[in-house]
Amino acid sequence: MSYIKSFIDFLSAPTISFTLLTVAFPFIFPPSDYFEKKNRQWGVYKLWTNAGGFWVFVLITLFFIVGYFDPHFNLTMTKPDNIPIILMIYSMYFLTWLGMKKAYANDERLDRGEKPEEWNDPDDKVLVWPDLVYIELIALILFMVALIVWSILIPAPLEEPANPAATPNPSKAPWYFLGLQEMLVYFDPWLAGIVFPMFIIFGMMAIPYMDVNKKGEGYYSFKERRVGYFIFMYGWLVLWVFLIIIGTFFRGPNWNFFGPFEWWDPHKVVPLTNVNLSEYVWVKLLNKGLPVNIIARESVGFVAVIGYLFIMPILLAKTKLKHLYDHYGPVRYATLMLFGLTMFALPIKMYLRWMFNLKYIVAIPEWFFNI
Amino acid sequence: MAERKVIPKASINEGTGSDLDRKGFLSWLSIGWLAFVGATGGFFTVLIRFLFPNVLFEPPQSFKIGYPDDFTIGKVDTRFKKKHAVWVVRDEEGIYALSTVCTHLGCTPNWLEVEQKYKCPCHGSGFRKSGIHFEGPAPRPLERHAIYLAADGQIIVDKTKSFKWEKGEWEMSDSFLKI
Ligand code: FES
Repeated sequence: MSYIKSFIDFLSAPTISFTLLTVAFPFIFPPSDYFEKKNRQWGVYKLWTNAGGFWVFVLITLFFIVGYFDPHFNLTMTKPDNIPIILMIYSMYFLTWLGMKKAYANDERLDRGEKPEEWNDPDDKVLVWPDLVYIELIALILFMVALIVWSILIPAPLEEPANPAATPNPSKAPWYFLGLQEMLVYFDPWLAGIVFPMFIIFGMMAIPYMDVNKKGEGYYSFKERRVGYFIFMYGWLVLWVFLIIIGTFFRGPNWNFFGPFEWWDPHKVVPLTNVNLSEYVWVKLLNKGLPVNIIARESVGFVAVIGYLFIMPILLAKTKLKHLYDHYGPVRYATLMLFGLTMFALPIKMYLRWMFNLKYIVAIPEWFFNI
Repeated sequence: MAERKVIPKASINEGTGSDLDRKGFLSWLSIGWLAFVGATGGFFTVLIRFLFPNVLFEPPQSFKIGYPDDFTIGKVDTRFKKKHAVWVVRDEEGIYALSTVCTHLGCTPNWLEVEQKYKCPCHGSGFRKSGIHFEGPAPRPLERHAIYLAADGQIIVDKTKSFKWEKGEWEMSDSFLKI
């Protein structure tokens, strides 16, 4: 047992778990023919069958049962704050499973030339009142009951009065913000706290204007919009939900990383020395001092960021993504690239931090401008 | 005599009711607007007033922390963290006062004696004893506060002035008390 536990601890280190998830992701939600083939070949699609759903459910539950009897994980797991995350894991899995199951069923129907399951005869309509509103009312009442029962059974934790001189260690945001808090580990506050959340909101609002594919509208289908599925699911499940899980279960004192079965040692020492890109280039590579001029000092970083965000999409539009560009037109293409590349900047920055201890690509603390 | 038909008037109160002419309408409108602005303005004034506390138990911004000999060389003094939000550090050359506000997002880091660093519990920024940042996301070192000797030989820390390393201000005279 302890071997398994330390193996899980080892696996869950963000470097490893994040990499595993990222590598496995295209096989789970295949965005292209190649991955589709592998997906079928290895039977990954079985995840979305009844049996697959059941076994994953059993696996998650098994993990929590083992965790409950583990002295260390028990502490994190049974904290009233963290119960929503446990519920979230189950509900996220259930909803993804349900959606994918329906999408696959529809894909098969479409292959056979039938209409999707949700297709309705235009004459056969249901009324908002009373049909829909009644369902909503019942759902509302059930939900209220559940919330009340929950709040009685597990009282919300009350902590001591706020005191700016004493920050609890570790200091965690409310659970729905833990993804943001993880992003803050890698980015300057103005980026991770302001620009990225705004991009998330505006990006989601922009999706219907960028993705004008009429297929899959009003019914589940994976095959008809697999690239969209893949990108969205990666952003949602890996870059948001998974970061929340990391923040909840795997971050301990001093915001150090701890495996689920590890003891939260407040004195765990993780040797880390983060270095800015400018220092890497000027000091370590060229063996010179940092230039005094700020712009000259950060020029490499600026080139990297501008190249990534602006030059690369232009080059791609002429070469690999020409098809997409012609199809989308300049405005829509530029929007898609801006939002998409910003989203993928998060994992890129995470890896740069993990592998090269890179702190900031552009670091101008003098102007409060760091990227 | 031919019977005269009584034709009812078009409106019941015709003539008696106040007919609004253009001028009257405008003055009513302005009164209405004035009332509205007054009410909302009053509401927001009260609301904003509510944000400011009636009594402030704020410790003075500049305060005496004792004599230079009260501080051991090589030690970080955390006695003033709670009340004044400063660490007082003495090294071989002198004494400086570090602000306890993390330069990342403003949490309060902890001084870890064993590791000899200030470590922030929020996103894991780490600072050396001198306040220089070396790990985690904090983009700049902790700020230092003005520190000097009073006439009676006690040290005064003045939090209204702060010295930023990235601006080269740690060289300035009050950022450091030479002993
Ligand atoms: S506030 Fe200190 S690390 Fe973010």
